[in-house]
Amino acid sequence: MKYIDEFRRRDLALKLAGAIAAEVEPSRRYNLMEFCGGHTHAIFRYGVQDLMPGNVRFVHGPGCPVCVLPIARIDNAIELVERQGVILCTYADMLRVPASGRRSLMKARAGGGDVRMVYSTQDALRIARDNPGRQVVFFAIGFETTTPPTAVAIQQAQAEGLTNFSVFCNHVLTPPAIRAILETPREPDRGALAIDGILGPSHVSTVIGSRPYEPFAEAFGIPIVIAGFEPLDVMQSVRLLIRQLNQGRHAVENEYTRAVTRDGNPKAQALVAEVLELRETFEWRGLGWLPNSALRIKDSFADFDTERRFELTPSPEQDVKGCECPAILRGAKRPTDCKLFGKACTPENPMGACMVSSEGSCAAYWTYGRFRGESAA
Amino acid sequence: MCLAIPARVESIDPSNAMAQVSLDGVRKEISLALVDDVAVGDYVLIHVGYALNKISEEEAQQTLELFAEAGLLGAVN
Ligand code: SF4
Repeated sequence: MKYIDEFRRRDLALKLAGAIAAEVEPSRRYNLMEFCGGHTHAIFRYGVQDLMPGNVRFVHGPGCPVCVLPIARIDNAIELVERQGVILCTYADMLRVPASGRRSLMKARAGGGDVRMVYSTQDALRIARDNPGRQVVFFAIGFETTTPPTAVAIQQAQAEGLTNFSVFCNHVLTPPAIRAILETPREPDRGALAIDGILGPSHVSTVIGSRPYEPFAEAFGIPIVIAGFEPLDVMQSVRLLIRQLNQGRHAVENEYTRAVTRDGNPKAQALVAEVLELRETFEWRGLGWLPNSALRIKDSFADFDTERRFELTPSPEQDVKGCECPAILRGAKRPTDCKLFGKACTPENPMGACMVSSEGSCAAYWTYGRFRGESAA
Repeated sequence: MCLAIPARVESIDPSNAMAQVSLDGVRKEISLALVDDVAVGDYVLIHVGYALNKISEEEAQQTLELFAEAGLLGAVN
């Protein structure tokens, strides 16, 4: 496929690996955090780590939308299905994520709940049109990439007077998460690697642009390179980060110029700004409560806000015992540090979100067999 | 979740801002609500049924050239 195959060519990957090997300074440390789970996945799937010199290491970041959603919000979604009897529309990734008491949306469905997997917010609107006598809730999750389609659906529902439709809004923002990671002291004795550079998000950045990262490069003195999701994009971005570190620079650079500009997609940004606004604070699994880190529905669209239409009970935090997802999301631990990894917890029988989502680090380690070469110690 | 796939726009219905794209030979209907000035033949990034952005052919070529140039460097050293 165009724009995919040519960015996966193995011959070029080997050449890029040669260029990287030639540019690294052997005495330096290059710990690079890939923020996005999509990058983690590419790094494992294509064996990018194996093509890197020993002093270039990847630290996996929190950019897995399913993984950072706190269990309490999934409990709420299950409550909507089981107690309010709504039709809950969700992206496929959420179905198997374990909630409190080892429940999940999948199990709620097996128990007779009306949970429908949708590919697009347009599907959710269609379901609402087809079921005028039922309450239809769209379980909206994800970063800036996934937010504009939610905003479009809310606008459309208002324009059509689709009064049985509402959105359970859980959209979160990337820049506050990057800030939280950079502000957390890294404790080497507890396994948290210091971070020397950041591979910035691909598709989040198509929407928000590269500008929002500029204050971080400046304030934290850290180079950031916006990287495409294909393996050659990742390698070229690593090369750009190495070059900045060697030169003592810390700027935001953009490798993914075919889809990302400095200002992003203004139309998508304007749509989001019309329908959604900042929440004062929101809880992230692994990162805790972060100020101004998520979005909620504006008063002008209050009729389409699930949280105002239904009374949702706050559920006590019940993370799965022994699951190290929170520390893994901070880049403080690796999946192999979890005692349950590959034993009690596998993709067939996941204990935590990091094993469910294809963007989760545990799923990547498991699927691509990286755990074999690494000791759990 | 944040993955988006490049696809070629095959036809556009201006009445509802929907388009047909071809993804690896398979036709799919997607929304153009988030993008302006898309024409048949353009490549767009598709995410959860929406076009997020147009892909710049020119920029893609330049990136590929940078890879090739790295190849030369890697080879000399
Ligand atoms: S292996 Fe399973 S239990 Fe352990 S951290 Fe990953 S998701 Fe949680």
